[in-house]
Amino acid sequence: MITDLATIWAALIAFAVLAYVCLDGFDLGIGILFPFLGTRADRHLAMNTIAPVWDGNETWLVLGGGGLFAVFPLAYAVVMPALYPLIIMMLLGLIFRGVAFEFVHRTRRMQAFWEWGFAIGSMLAALAQGLALGGLVQGITVANRSFAGGTWDWLTPFSVLTAVALMTGYALLGATWLNLRTEGMPQLNARAIARPLAVGFVALIGAVSLATVFVRPEYMDRWFGWPAILYSLTVPLLVLAAAWALWTGLRDDLAGRAFLATLAIFALSFAGLGISFFPNIVPPGLTIAEAAAPDTSLKFLLVGASVLIPLILSYTAYSYWVFRGKVRPEDGYH
Amino acid sequence: MDFGISALALARAQFGFTISAHIIFPAFTIGLASYLMVLNALWLWRREPVYLRLFDYWKTIFAVVFGMGVVSGIVMSYQFGTNWAVFSDKAGPVIGPLMGYEVLSAFFLEAGFLGIMLFGRERVGPGLHMAATAIVALGTLFSAFWILSVNSWMQTPAGYGINAAGQYIPLDWWAIIFNPSFPYRLVHMVLAAYLTTAFVVGAVGAWHLLRTPQSEGAKVMFSMAMWMALIVTPIQIVAGDAHGLNTLEHQPAKIAAMEGHYESYPNGRVPLTLFGLPDDKNGRVNYAVEIPLLGSLILTHNLTTPLKGLNDFPAEDRPPAAVIFWTFRIMVAMGFAMLGVGLWSAFARWKGWLYEAKWLHRAAFVMGPSGFLAVLCGWITTEVGRQPYTIYGLLRTADSVSPLQAASVGTSLVAFVIVYFFVFGSGTFYVLRLMGKRPKDAVQVEEIGPTRSAGTTPVASTPKRPALVHKES
Repeated sequence: MITDLATIWAALIAFAVLAYVCLDGFDLGIGILFPFLGTRADRHLAMNTIAPVWDGNETWLVLGGGGLFAVFPLAYAVVMPALYPLIIMMLLGLIFRGVAFEFVHRTRRMQAFWEWGFAIGSMLAALAQGLALGGLVQGITVANRSFAGGTWDWLTPFSVLTAVALMTGYALLGATWLNLRTEGMPQLNARAIARPLAVGFVALIGAVSLATVFVRPEYMDRWFGWPAILYSLTVPLLVLAAAWALWTGLRDDLAGRAFLATLAIFALSFAGLGISFFPNIVPPGLTIAEAAAPDTSLKFLLVGASVLIPLILSYTAYSYWVFRGKVRPEDGYH
Repeated sequence: MDFGISALALARAQFGFTISAHIIFPAFTIGLASYLMVLNALWLWRREPVYLRLFDYWKTIFAVVFGMGVVSGIVMSYQFGTNWAVFSDKAGPVIGPLMGYEVLSAFFLEAGFLGIMLFGRERVGPGLHMAATAIVALGTLFSAFWILSVNSWMQTPAGYGINAAGQYIPLDWWAIIFNPSFPYRLVHMVLAAYLTTAFVVGAVGAWHLLRTPQSEGAKVMFSMAMWMALIVTPIQIVAGDAHGLNTLEHQPAKIAAMEGHYESYPNGRVPLTLFGLPDDKNGRVNYAVEIPLLGSLILTHNLTTPLKGLNDFPAEDRPPAAVIFWTFRIMVAMGFAMLGVGLWSAFARWKGWLYEAKWLHRAAFVMGPSGFLAVLCGWITTEVGRQPYTIYGLLRTADSVSPLQAASVGTSLVAFVIVYFFVFGSGTFYVLRLMGKRPKDAVQVEEIGPTRSAGTTPVASTPKRPALVHKES
């Protein structure tokens, strides 16, 4: 089972989406926290911590979408129309926040406008992603290889809950990132913001997890059936362990630990989603095998991916290393 | 919102609008990335401060334009699925992996090294910074390679089969990637991107020469751009002609529409219609101005080869001549105007007037946007000329669209139009304002000092030759 190409690709796409959520998560989180970051100088400092890397972070989103198109074209063709208004909202949000990195330094008169564009664009993109997550978990109506539901099917109390959870999580990632990359007042401020967000995020993950098993009956089986319960219960236990590491990291001024613990909570929640979904790629009925492109397509791209993805990870790591350390106001990233 | 227009027409309008807005940015950044690589190499090699100043000047402009290219490009990668779901399901197995390779081999490469190119000179040293600059340029070319392979496959599909679910499936990857029109399209587009950049750089140089004739930065920019205009434009005209012959072989209806030929010419001897108003409904060109025989020479390089007219194709398979007859002519006119500027500059250079020829500078300034106009018109010609198909001869546009309500597509179209005009309009304004500043305003000469000594190999200690005394006015 593990060796079949479609499953390998499902794991790779899942990896790309997780990489996106982790990397653009702290990017978007800084946008969400933007209005709460003290002075204008502090806000520009926060933007400077991500200026050299945001473009690479967003490329994982293109890989998630483009990869889905390449290896699971049916899933791509079903999900995009089903979540249409959300995808458009996300794209428009990303436009405003993406151009803001350059535009805020190119105008004095409109500077405040593009600062708000960065903040609101980030919030809109995060909100759309959270609602889309909820909409996908609930399931998508499919008939004759295409989406057969309504325009607003995704809008439910459950998807609103997932959206609040994701936005809180992104904000927490942003706060722990700033705690790691800044010093003095901006760092103290970030840490003060991180504490309530940490409590809120863990509570919201609990709420989303509980709600998920009631959204679709099969999720209940996948989590609490025998013997699945033996390993599925380790996920919430590990989340609690990561939450403890996060809390002590914030308490004892271990900025690296706090940031990594937040990433771990994201990875574990993502693994939890995997348990709910597998073997489907689009709930309730579209499986990984059904949605997969022919083996020739999967094999052709896998050859390149197995060389290029490790290469990408290494030069991405190199780029982060080049721009490592605390960011100071005099480092001009524009 | 009910627009009284079908979801199909709105989806086409949305794709046409978002991709036209997008292509403007890569058309410029492909060439500009290579130009920055050349400027940085010249700075490291010759140690003349003017090259570093020009690098920093264009780097700032590159950052703004590249950012707009990235965000408008993300829209494209999702638009296939949102608006063209049936197309995505059917064509995904063939073109999806090519686009996957574009992301893996180009987008990550550009994004990964862009930060170092823009902000990292002092942190990594001149050698690695030069490498990062070259890698960004290479990334833009890889990107062009893959996306033009995708587009060319949609124009001239090859190497595919069809499975039980109605999907196109890959049989021969070599045949798919190097499909019949791909080499022509790739060369034509990359040269177009280089010319677009050359004419923007030339216009900026000309503008500053007109205002401050002694500006050394302006002289260097202008001279480099005019060399490109002189050398690349003739190559581009030859490449375009070869591309035309290829199109005639594989998409004869497109050529007939571009040239406004409704009637067939079974014995050759085709005239060239210079101007006229193609009338698709009645199948004729009104008010045509024709030159006898020239059409045959251009299209077939031969006076007697027969040529099929649009009326020979079933009405439901014809592309709309009224649009592409004109877009094609505008593109060609831009090409010959570029050639004219190139030749004029060669004459001025030979006479030793290159930096004093006011009228040449004015002409080069006016020609600044000519590359964008030519690229847009060229793409409209080839894409509208592919109609009524998304995959030529295989899948009709009408059968490619997502099952969406017209209201959804219409609302998102309005949102895209408003946001694009506002955001990219602002960005264009900022770019023009940056171009309006003289290169010396961007970096002060005194600032070069710390830059040179902060690298891991302090260049000041190992000069190949002493830096020339800087004479910027």
